Amino acid sequence: MSIDWKQYDSNNFFDELIGDNGIPRASAERLVEHLESLEEGELESRKQMAEATIQEMGVSFTVYTEEGNIDRAWPFDIIPRTISAQQWERTAAGLKQRLKALNMFIGDLYDKQQIIKDGVIPAHIVLESKNFRPECIGIKPAHGVWAHICGTDLVRDSDGEFYVLEDNLRVPSGVAYMLENRAITKRVLPELFQKEAIQSITDYPARLFDTLVSISPRKIKRPEIVVLTPGIFNSAYFEHAYLAQQMGTELVEGSDLVVGKDDCVYMRTIAGLERVDVIYRRIDDLFLDPEMFQKDSVLGVPGLMRAWQAGNVALANAPGAGVADDKVVYAYVPDIIRYYLKEEPLIKNVKTYLCDDPEQRQYVIEHISELVIKPANESGGYGMLIGPHSTKKEQAQFIKLINADPRNYVAQPTLALSTAPTLVGKDLAEPRHLDLRPFVLQGKNSYVTTGGLTRVAMKKGSLVVNSSQGGGSKDTWIVNGGDADAI
Amino acid sequence: MLSKVAERLYWTARHLERVESTARLVSVYDSLLFDLPNDLDISWYNLVTLNSADDLFAERYKNRDERNVVKFLLADDTNPSSMLSALKMVRENVRTTRDVLPQESWEMVNELYIFANENIQQGINRSARHEFLNKMVKGCQQINGLLMGTMCRDASWQFLRLGRNLERADMMTRLLDAGAAAQIQGEAETHVLISQIVWGNVLRSSSAELSYRRTMRSAVHESDVAEFLLEDPYFPRSLHFCLSSMLSAIKDLPNNAKAKTALQKASKVHFELDESKRLGVEFREYLNQQQLNLNDMHQMFNETWFAIIQRGSE
Repeated sequence: MSIDWKQYDSNNFFDELIGDNGIPRASAERLVEHLESLEEGELESRKQMAEATIQEMGVSFTVYTEEGNIDRAWPFDIIPRTISAQQWERTAAGLKQRLKALNMFIGDLYDKQQIIKDGVIPAHIVLESKNFRPECIGIKPAHGVWAHICGTDLVRDSDGEFYVLEDNLRVPSGVAYMLENRAITKRVLPELFQKEAIQSITDYPARLFDTLVSISPRKIKRPEIVVLTPGIFNSAYFEHAYLAQQMGTELVEGSDLVVGKDDCVYMRTIAGLERVDVIYRRIDDLFLDPEMFQKDSVLGVPGLMRAWQAGNVALANAPGAGVADDKVVYAYVPDIIRYYLKEEPLIKNVKTYLCDDPEQRQYVIEHISELVIKPANESGGYGMLIGPHSTKKEQAQFIKLINADPRNYVAQPTLALSTAPTLVGKDLAEPRHLDLRPFVLQGKNSYVTTGGLTRVAMKKGSLVVNSSQGGGSKDTWIVNGGDADAI
Repeated sequence: MLSKVAERLYWTARHLERVESTARLVSVYDSLLFDLPNDLDISWYNLVTLNSADDLFAERYKNRDERNVVKFLLADDTNPSSMLSALKMVRENVRTTRDVLPQESWEMVNELYIFANENIQQGINRSARHEFLNKMVKGCQQINGLLMGTMCRDASWQFLRLGRNLERADMMTRLLDAGAAAQIQGEAETHVLISQIVWGNVLRSSSAELSYRRTMRSAVHESDVAEFLLEDPYFPRSLHFCLSSMLSAIKDLPNNAKAKTALQKASKVHFELDESKRLGVEFREYLNQQQLNLNDMHQMFNETWFAIIQRGSE
């Protein structure tokens, strides 16, 4: 026998696979049964097989260290995380709702700013955001969509409900890893795919392609679509290349593109210059165009903003979309949904304290050892304070930071992030905390990935799931049939 | 197709060819040395000279012995033409052109890279060298086979072809030059006729032995070997064949006029082979000239298709 589930205890955290008394949840029944039926040591050899596969497939990400950039193999746990199809359907609807409202919000901010005039969100919250770009005022992107690709981080609290932890509307990454995780699992646990009704995830690149085609300014049969990468040293380069390959589009760097006198974007080819219609850009706003933003950026393309403003090229995501994934704006998203859609949000926000507000700031400072403090505009888990895991000295330092720039900090209660069994030794699975990043597309139509990328904190008790900080990942199964997991 | 991608594909093929030819070269050299008279001072070091790497070698090693030469040629990461360096370049280029190559090519290159790095010691030690190098050659052939069987014959394919054949042509001139040098040196030092041994080895280094026999229907004879390896229209590594492959590769590429003229000109330059004369200094001069021509062609490809950066920024 392999894993002994009786020994498995998730300590009152909501566990994705195992419910109370060691009984598997409906969506995980067959998986758990199968894992149990494996011969002793079999899991370990499957794990090794997964590691070899990852190395051969060259699934890697780059970590920046003082010694230089290291290409690390993608850390992966072979036990999948399951979610019932019924529950996923509700969640997916909530994700679409959220992105739709956020896009209306961004469009409004760069247009009439009606939501500010109507007093739903204070002007300074928006206009002082680092990601508000006055250069975007008056621009009307196709279908009114600014954020075409959104990676939404979801977590489950101890009540078993999904909450949105943050919206990533700038250059969210991880979708290639989601796809590769499935490819690895198919090789490592092939027998399960025969037994289980696991929903396929493979159509993402095709849907992404359709989304990008739908925003082309030139309505021609085959618009030229490119993926713009900062290059091989970017931590997500693997993903940029992967997506370009899967979509059959060119993978370009800034130096491959040039903006002509006609304000159109061209790429340098063996036959000379060719017009580009849509750029799926994977570099930040501020590096996009040295003429307009960071002057010394070598990653961008001089004149790109000019071309975009003239409507000659589409950028996905559009510059300025990041204004809506500011962590302070986040606190207003439920109101934003109600304001634009006249609907109740289908997925809840995590309770958020805005340090900008004197009363809430006071609360945060008094309860700093219980809260998670986040800067408004960082990603990748950088610059955060996790109260319960911090020292007095760190707390004092953060209080200083908050007082110096209150607008830039928010606080949230430490969530009891859900767990799932993760292989930690021979035939031994222990609970590890995880989150979920589904990807949402919006162009002419919208689409949500089937599941998403599950990121797992590989260290015992740790809540940090970012791959740059030692997190790993799991394949995510949306399983048909059965009832929704009892909560 | 992007200029940058074209350039990477071209270099992918060049480096892949380099990996294969280096593995092949080291692996046949053993048998050559066994066959030569002991008093003859033809050593492993000739392989360094053949790759025009004397200076680089001198920076790293004092002893010109087998171990150092083999290490330098196969494993040394300060030698940009060593087998491992070339393979690393293949990997980097494929990694950055994954979007235009068949999906499996990255996996295959990566597997070969992992294999080579894990087993490189086998190539340096003598006992398992042959087997290891054989696997390396097979690995390269597997990759080329995948590309040949699955790639569209569009511009990407043509740039791979262009790189592969330029590298092959260059290697061929070097092999012939090494043969001529060994023979000239050997005959000055010993009375044994080493011509058969040397030229037989040159044939083996390019996997040409059997094709040679079938085509030329003669024993190993220096001017026949030279004729076959320079002029044969069917053998895929002959200079002539490589030049015509390059011509055919650029046939449909844009802006190809200058490159076409240069290639046509180079294919018309022949060495006057005379069965009654030995291959000597003039032969070496001819090969040297061909190497320079190949270098010019590389520059031209570069200006025509890869370096559009300067032109486009006007």
